[in-house]
Amino acid sequence: MKRIVYREWQLAPQRYWALLAILAAVAGLGGLAFAYLEHEGHWVTGMTNHVVWGAPHIFAVLLIIAASGALNVASIASVFGKTFYKPLARLSGLLAVALLAGGLMVLVLDLGRPDRLVVAMTYYNFRSIFAWNIFLYTGFMVIVIAYLWTMAERKGNEYTKPVGFVAFVWRLLLTTGTGSIFGFLVARQAYDTAVLAPLFIAMSFAYGLAIFLLVVMFAYVQDQRPLGNVLLYRLRNLLAVFIGAVLLLLLAYFLTKLYGARNYDLVSFYLLSGGTYTVAFWLGWILIGSLAPLGIFAHPILGKDRTWLAVAAGMVVVGGFSAMYVLIIGGQAFPMPLFPGQTVIESGFLDGQVAPYAPSIPEILLGLGGVAVALLITAVGIRVLQFLPESLDDRSVDPHLAAAEAT
Amino acid sequence: MSKPKETINRGRRAFMGVAAGVTGVAVAPGVLLHTVVGAAPRSEPVTSAVRWGLLIDTARCADGCTACVTACNEENGLDLQVKPAGLSDEKWAQQRAVWIRKAKLQDNQTGRVTNLPLMCQHCERPPCVDVCPTGASFKRADGIVMVDRHTCIGCRYCMMACPYKARSFIHEKVDTQLTRAPRGKGCVESCNLCVHRRDQGEASTACVDACAREGSNAIVFGDLKDPNSQISQKLVSIASRQIREDLALNTGVRYANI
Repeated sequence: MKRIVYREWQLAPQRYWALLAILAAVAGLGGLAFAYLEHEGHWVTGMTNHVVWGAPHIFAVLLIIAASGALNVASIASVFGKTFYKPLARLSGLLAVALLAGGLMVLVLDLGRPDRLVVAMTYYNFRSIFAWNIFLYTGFMVIVIAYLWTMAERKGNEYTKPVGFVAFVWRLLLTTGTGSIFGFLVARQAYDTAVLAPLFIAMSFAYGLAIFLLVVMFAYVQDQRPLGNVLLYRLRNLLAVFIGAVLLLLLAYFLTKLYGARNYDLVSFYLLSGGTYTVAFWLGWILIGSLAPLGIFAHPILGKDRTWLAVAAGMVVVGGFSAMYVLIIGGQAFPMPLFPGQTVIESGFLDGQVAPYAPSIPEILLGLGGVAVALLITAVGIRVLQFLPESLDDRSVDPHLAAAEAT
Repeated sequence: MSKPKETINRGRRAFMGVAAGVTGVAVAPGVLLHTVVGAAPRSEPVTSAVRWGLLIDTARCADGCTACVTACNEENGLDLQVKPAGLSDEKWAQQRAVWIRKAKLQDNQTGRVTNLPLMCQHCERPPCVDVCPTGASFKRADGIVMVDRHTCIGCRYCMMACPYKARSFIHEKVDTQLTRAPRGKGCVESCNLCVHRRDQGEASTACVDACAREGSNAIVFGDLKDPNSQISQKLVSIASRQIREDLALNTGVRYANI
């Protein structure tokens, strides 16, 4: 295999600055949205005492799980010794840190009292999975930055494997923790199940890789660097496997819920009668986010077409947003089973009714701001540091091909 | 160099004397009263020798009566919340803080109708306390579950975790509030069994008093640990249940006739 040469992103300055300006503008809008929200209070959002986590959580949780998923390529390279993926390991680490930063930003800025962040750092209740997550997230940042250092600095190369292993274990713990934020909630029927932890891990694999694939394709096309089919097809196949894993765990989730009579209502709500949640589930998550991309990947012509591959990866991300909407908002909108066997005929607090929720523009802008910040960090990172290999053509990444050609 | 001779400032002395006298007159009654009411609960730490709770007899809870809700709103300043300009009534109803609500249920099998008030159930093992990252959601030694508004960061995880949907988030700016029930934008709050009354040594809650005034007497407040208290005596004599009993939270609020 050829020695990998990393080069800063060589995009023409006007294009690069235009890209940064757009991202900064979106991030700025997110900042304004935060200022508005912080000044007025959460009444300007769609959130209520019934649906307490809204659109910002959709963005934040998706970004956070995608962060750990984006680290996959690096993990496969250094933990499982697949040299094939090694050239992209650095970008994988950078994207992981960037996505996590964007997600955490949204999460923190959506707090009722974001000014009390220091309280969250100084008062801990260790029975709270939220408190564990504070350590999981900050720890992930530190470990991945250390991991990037071992990859970029020659003196650190010998530590790449052990640090990569720690990062891999940590990312599994992180997504287990994120899934468990919901899985541990005994109060709500849609949650309260251990399968949410592995489901979130599988989702992180899929959505993180889809975003990674889009970033790689965009960066290489814009910079006119060679990007071979061998690598793209491998990542495509890997993404297909991850989508399959999500579908399998989702099936397990519904079968688990469906087996007990007490959850018939919940499953029927999600799959049949839930209005926008049912549409988001079938159309967004299953059709656009899972089956259609799988179809494109398996198609003999479309599966080899780069534009279609990018479209399919984009569809997987759309599926990710739908999944978050269905799980996070739908799970809260579904009424709590306070009085089994009874129908609530009057209530001063929407008992027994599906809670309405419509996101407001500021909360969506805040979420998009987090996405922009993640992409901004990535764009600046690959521009000023050597993250991207000069070439990802087939000969550069495939040791067998290079060896065959040499003989 | 000789020091200038120090002279006694008589005016200053006189002022100090008067000031001491005035201070003494102002403070003494407080000190004396404090001594007289030395046994008041406020001067003692909260003890786990008691566990406060409620027993709600749904058979006595009148259809259409919302006296407990109104009384709670007045007692805890919830009626002082102001709907932000431009917000619809429907949305405001979902965003304003609600500590206690009435619900009317009908049994799917028998058609029997039940009325009851629902509030924080003051669990012995409260899920809201478990999940709070900063420990702002806490349980007092006397069993009252409440929120420390100084350390609440407004993450709303407790609202996700509460099996009774008993908690409210303050979505709007707060201009007017009561000293006994502090309230702040961006924090979570819920029924605290009129904790200010506990600290003054009073024997009931606003909802209990209101229900009694209406003549229903559907709610009994008292110490669950005292076998001689009215609530304990009643719990022995009539069958009662906890809402969502299967969660094994050992709630401090019990219901009869549901």
